Amino acid sequence: MYPPKFDYYRANSLSEAFSLMQEHGGAKVIAGGHSLIPSLKLRLADPGALIDIGRIGELKGITANGNSTRIGALTTHAIVAAAKNLPQGLTEAAGWIGDPQVRNRGTVGGNIAHADPASDLPTVFTALGATINLTGPGGERSVAAQDFFTGLFETALQEGELVSSIDVPTNGGGSAYAKLFNPASRYAVVGCAAQVKVENGVCSAASVAVGGLTSHATKANAVEAALLGKPLNEATIAAAAAQISQDLGDDVMGDLHASADYRRSIAPIYVAQALTAAASRAG
Amino acid sequence: MSSKRLLTTLAINGIEHELALEPRRTLLDALRHDLQLTGTKKVCDMGDCGACTVLVDGRAMYACLLLAVDCTDRQITTIEGLAQADELDPLQQAFIEADAFQCGFCTAGQIMSLKGLLNETPAPNDDQILRAVTGNLCRCGAYRNILKAGRLAADQVAHPEEARHADSTH
Repeated sequence: MYPPKFDYYRANSLSEAFSLMQEHGGAKVIAGGHSLIPSLKLRLADPGALIDIGRIGELKGITANGNSTRIGALTTHAIVAAAKNLPQGLTEAAGWIGDPQVRNRGTVGGNIAHADPASDLPTVFTALGATINLTGPGGERSVAAQDFFTGLFETALQEGELVSSIDVPTNGGGSAYAKLFNPASRYAVVGCAAQVKVENGVCSAASVAVGGLTSHATKANAVEAALLGKPLNEATIAAAAAQISQDLGDDVMGDLHASADYRRSIAPIYVAQALTAAASRAG
Repeated sequence: MSSKRLLTTLAINGIEHELALEPRRTLLDALRHDLQLTGTKKVCDMGDCGACTVLVDGRAMYACLLLAVDCTDRQITTIEGLAQADELDPLQQAFIEADAFQCGFCTAGQIMSLKGLLNETPAPNDDQILRAVTGNLCRCGAYRNILKAGRLAADQVAHPEEARHADSTH
């Protein structure tokens, strides 16, 4: 399979990237290319020109800053998986994205800009209350992860903008990610990220999100509400996880890997798994 | 659309090659068609099967999902670059010892993934060996022996003399 023909431009800085994007309207931006190159080969995209931002140093690396850690958009999944100063729910999710070859090349920024409904990181960033930092020729702006993912492969990114970094709070409590994965691609059939705080034996804060079920990562408000003020044990976690059907409503999608009914019926299992692990880490 | 060829220098197994490449040329096609390095296999061509795995700056990656023009200034290692003169790499030797293949089509990719693992984790446990080849499909089902080969190679790298001695008793 061959991609359609395209011209190729490499940007060595953000300003170079913006001027190339301005110059070549309709061009696609490429970083790791692990979503874009398959799309090109399938001829789902034919942009005419690619602007390679993969070597822009200012978009790489992980920096801790007080109660938050900043992940540069071009940081690979392998580097996130091995990082020490990030919530465990994020590092374990990053460690199970695809396979080593994908993690060594795929980037965090590319992953969320692509916004595949079965992708792991949108779910995790939504649950962890991360902030997505965007940059464009006109300057920077920030969007809460919860508002960044807007639909099927749709985000709040505007024409001409790039994801520059993601800020992840590191004081949110214990966190975990659980998923049923497609055994070939390791994309989530159902994925759940959870973060909880426990004070005086009861849950004082809970943030839960699911992916793979609907068009984009979804916050599980009903599950969260059912946890607050409760001790986190098997019974309370199971009861809260059952509330996921409220959060999902009628929007669950099915495909050849799993029907909507199947996804809906197994969702509580993975919500409970993520909550149980997060609670054990909330110490 | 012009899609003009770009002059690209690729460092493959320590040797630099200068090629005029279409930007859409993948590293995999450049290796196989422009450089006749056919040890790296093309199967799914979509980043699923792992047959095209090579090392880029020491890390396992899918050659089918890399643009060759984006591989300048990187050190690429393919299966052809592992043996030193007449001596096979410990991984290649271990695949023979452990009978870790049937048809052999996935073997180069399996070996390159394990090479990437041993570069970073010289003494891996079984879980790490299995996770290193999660991106490499073997439709003959040689997985048990691939794990065995991974163990053998790791032992050989850690204790070259002992491992060789142990093998000779089989």
